[in-house]
Amino acid sequence: MATAFKNDTSDTHVPVQSDAVVVRFAGDSGDGMQLTGGQFTLSSALAGNDFATFPDFPAEIRAPIGTLFGVSAFQINFGSSAIDTAGDQPDVLIAMNPAALKTNVGSLREGGLIIADTGEFNQRNLDKAKYTSNPFEDGSLAKWQVLAFDISALTLEAVKPFGMGNKDALRCKNMWTLGLALWMFDRDRQPIINWLNAKFAKNQVLADANIAALNAGHAYGETAELAGPLKQYHVDAAPAPAGLYRTVTGAESISYGLVAGAQLAGLKMFFGGYPITPASAILHHLSRLKEYGITTFQAEDEIAAICSAIGASYAGQLGVTSSSGPGIALKGEAMGLAIMTELPLVIVNSQRGGPSTGLPTKTEQSDLYQAVYGRNGDAPMPVIAARSPVDCFDCAVEAVRIAVEYMTPVMLLTDGYIANAAEPWMVPDLEEYKPFPVEFLESVPEGGFKPYARDHKLKRPWVKPGTPGLLHRIGGIEKEVDTGHINYGPANHQAMTDIRSSKVNNVADSIPDQIVEQGAAGAKLAVVGWGSTYGPIKQAVRRKRAEGMDVAHVHIRHIWPMPKNMAELLKSFDRMIVPEMNTGQLKTILRDQFLVDARPVNKVSGQPFTIAEIEAAIESALG
Amino acid sequence: MNDMTPVKATTPKDWETDQEVRWCPGCGDYAILKAVQRTMPEIGATPENTVFISGIGCSSRFPYYMETYGFHTIHGRAPAVATGVKLANPDLDVWIITGDGDALSIGGNHTMHLLRRNLDCQIMLFNNEIYGLTKGQYSPTSRIGTNSPSTPYGSVDRPATPCAFALGSGARFVARGFDISKNLPEVLKAAHAHRGAAFIEIFQNCIVYNKDVFEEFATPKGAEGHQLWVRNGEPMLFGSDKSGGTKGIALDSVALTLKVVDVVEGDWQGAGVLVHDVTNRSLAHMLVEMPFGEFPMALGVLYDDPRPTFNDVVIAQNESASAGKTADLGKLLAKGQTWTVEDGHPET
Repeated sequence: MATAFKNDTSDTHVPVQSDAVVVRFAGDSGDGMQLTGGQFTLSSALAGNDFATFPDFPAEIRAPIGTLFGVSAFQINFGSSAIDTAGDQPDVLIAMNPAALKTNVGSLREGGLIIADTGEFNQRNLDKAKYTSNPFEDGSLAKWQVLAFDISALTLEAVKPFGMGNKDALRCKNMWTLGLALWMFDRDRQPIINWLNAKFAKNQVLADANIAALNAGHAYGETAELAGPLKQYHVDAAPAPAGLYRTVTGAESISYGLVAGAQLAGLKMFFGGYPITPASAILHHLSRLKEYGITTFQAEDEIAAICSAIGASYAGQLGVTSSSGPGIALKGEAMGLAIMTELPLVIVNSQRGGPSTGLPTKTEQSDLYQAVYGRNGDAPMPVIAARSPVDCFDCAVEAVRIAVEYMTPVMLLTDGYIANAAEPWMVPDLEEYKPFPVEFLESVPEGGFKPYARDHKLKRPWVKPGTPGLLHRIGGIEKEVDTGHINYGPANHQAMTDIRSSKVNNVADSIPDQIVEQGAAGAKLAVVGWGSTYGPIKQAVRRKRAEGMDVAHVHIRHIWPMPKNMAELLKSFDRMIVPEMNTGQLKTILRDQFLVDARPVNKVSGQPFTIAEIEAAIESALG
Repeated sequence: MNDMTPVKATTPKDWETDQEVRWCPGCGDYAILKAVQRTMPEIGATPENTVFISGIGCSSRFPYYMETYGFHTIHGRAPAVATGVKLANPDLDVWIITGDGDALSIGGNHTMHLLRRNLDCQIMLFNNEIYGLTKGQYSPTSRIGTNSPSTPYGSVDRPATPCAFALGSGARFVARGFDISKNLPEVLKAAHAHRGAAFIEIFQNCIVYNKDVFEEFATPKGAEGHQLWVRNGEPMLFGSDKSGGTKGIALDSVALTLKVVDVVEGDWQGAGVLVHDVTNRSLAHMLVEMPFGEFPMALGVLYDDPRPTFNDVVIAQNESASAGKTADLGKLLAKGQTWTVEDGHPET
């Protein structure tokens, strides 16, 4: 982890070797920090580092300039060995204005480096950031190294030849800063220059100005190093299995996984979506992939988004819809319709802080009850949860598989952190995925056609309208066993409720046993997690095991139904803690399903767990 | 709607299901069901390529009684489900069955957007000005003062005019009929022939909760003075007279409204009676807004002026955006800024 970023006092110009570094870029929401972070991520990837990122931005698109609530930050942890989290504490904070410094400096590691643009530290901005004195002068930054200089002026100077207005020229500040960061970590500028040329292909002046700023920032590093205060660091490539790699965010990974799932099922895909943070990126990605047989439909609301997807599934395509908590709430009744009509459907929930509008751009795992229990009536639905951006791909394929193999809607849970975060991804070999081709019923089977007849898994047949001889009607009213006619009879409702429940339970026959990530069954303590807490739990358990503690890590992908060995596995542990970014939802499900003493470890600050927090919880549980 | 040739001609009987019809005896829905079952053979429809999609309410039970594919969805959402069905399989002939509460209250948003987008389908709105299936509460089309369980002192809010709502939403086909009218199949045929969203308001008598609210005009005989059946290219005459009507609709060019004029001895030209033009959107707006009583109820195809359909343009864009590209996911994933680890080894 990010502990090796040392203060180095040698005066050689050889880059200092470092194992891992955490850098946080912070500025105004209009400063382009996400873009800067994204490009720095790419450069880390091309340098062969392992990495994890954490984009953290406000809900406002361009909040008033200089305000505390308008600060947008991007954190990256990159290293020469396995990286699973975006890092507990930054080693380097790049602060583009007083508000960015104020809101972020508290998390900077003691002795860490602050790089700040003094050009923005005027009285007006200090006032907006609620600084009563200039932090560079009042000694409040004493426990950190400070490198403060006028990045604004240096940028203006660098782009002067291009004759831009002051405002436009200053927008190149982020590239100047990126140039400095690239120098600091001994990175190649060329991929970024290529990207700028492509991005501003229609405006060469903008491309040239940004490249000039990038180069100037880089040159500044070299000069400043000669003068003393700044050091260059080198982080070796991380060992990784041989293969082709790229970076991927959770939203991209889910989109590609859905495409792969549809191909494995042999279906065209229909995606009904409605704009909502942080789920919209999936709609955006899929909208560009029409050649994969994908129709994307931006519906008039969340309800129409899911209902159109149900309609498409009814007509024989793979219906998919996606949203975040508030939108998922609106889709609730339609999920019940998909359960009642037993049509395949994938519902992706990119969770965010709630309740109500909550924290649109912040991460949380608080929709688990909603996913498992949150519908009227006894309405069981398989639920699976992705643990990381890369894992989203396989989870999306799995969601499609379950949906079509069991004729059921499936909820796929991810969260704002996973959706936006990027990590390196070894491009999967699609040949290794086993196809699960859908067979539509196309003629009257022996014994006659019954729309709600079932196979051994309790799946009903999928019949496309347009098929002669198989005319039938479906709907949300209780169905008669086999025939699917309207039937309100007491025995029939009991039977159908039992069938719907058993069918979803049968999904457990098709999923692998729960594995123990680290440690083994029977350990003194199990840390049981789901979703994006994977990274911090993995690292915390690794550290505590290295210290000799008997602790295991269990991470659950299949939340409903759970793997068949789960009861036995959980009961093998002496104690169990469940870290979650909610007030204890998986904990409740585990207690309910297995009568185990699952203890909650909760955090709902809109921020992911740090490794240290999980370590403390492990110590406390074993103490 | 599609242009498939039927394999063999069907009869109205072929469109009936084995399901027991569960509407109240005497309900106007029976007559509408019969009209639809009579219409289907005449338009050359095939049962397997026909889908009836409904929301919730008395009218929305309709699909169970049609020997076609059918989807009885949830309250207000039939247009959204229909959009997915039609985009996934544009060869299907999609009919939406809805009511005044379903289409204009809980599902108003979907109705508006379906019409705006111009999805190729028929949308039949059974307007009985009441919530029937929930036992008689007033609806968004109930007249002011309607006494109902939820408005024991009379409803106070102004009703919506379904056809005005449809036109306002951008509908390219708007028609009206009523349950027991012999002209209903003719209206349905015109709706089916229109490529795009065809909106048909059908006045329907709820004999239990809102009996005879349309009796002044919705009777087969004797209401000629209150029915204006419009036909493209024909003068807008009404009233009983062998020559075609004793009254007509003319334009008050000063007030920019319609007016009722007397027609003497069939001289409608002399009286300034307008000739109906189904492509005249301004005229359609005036016809649907004519206050009943002072004016007759405008019935028939009020507006019919097709535009490209949503499903056609979506599919055309899908095709043009896909042209020349292959669906190779492996290649897509390996595209862009990638790097190769040569002598890597698994992390420890």
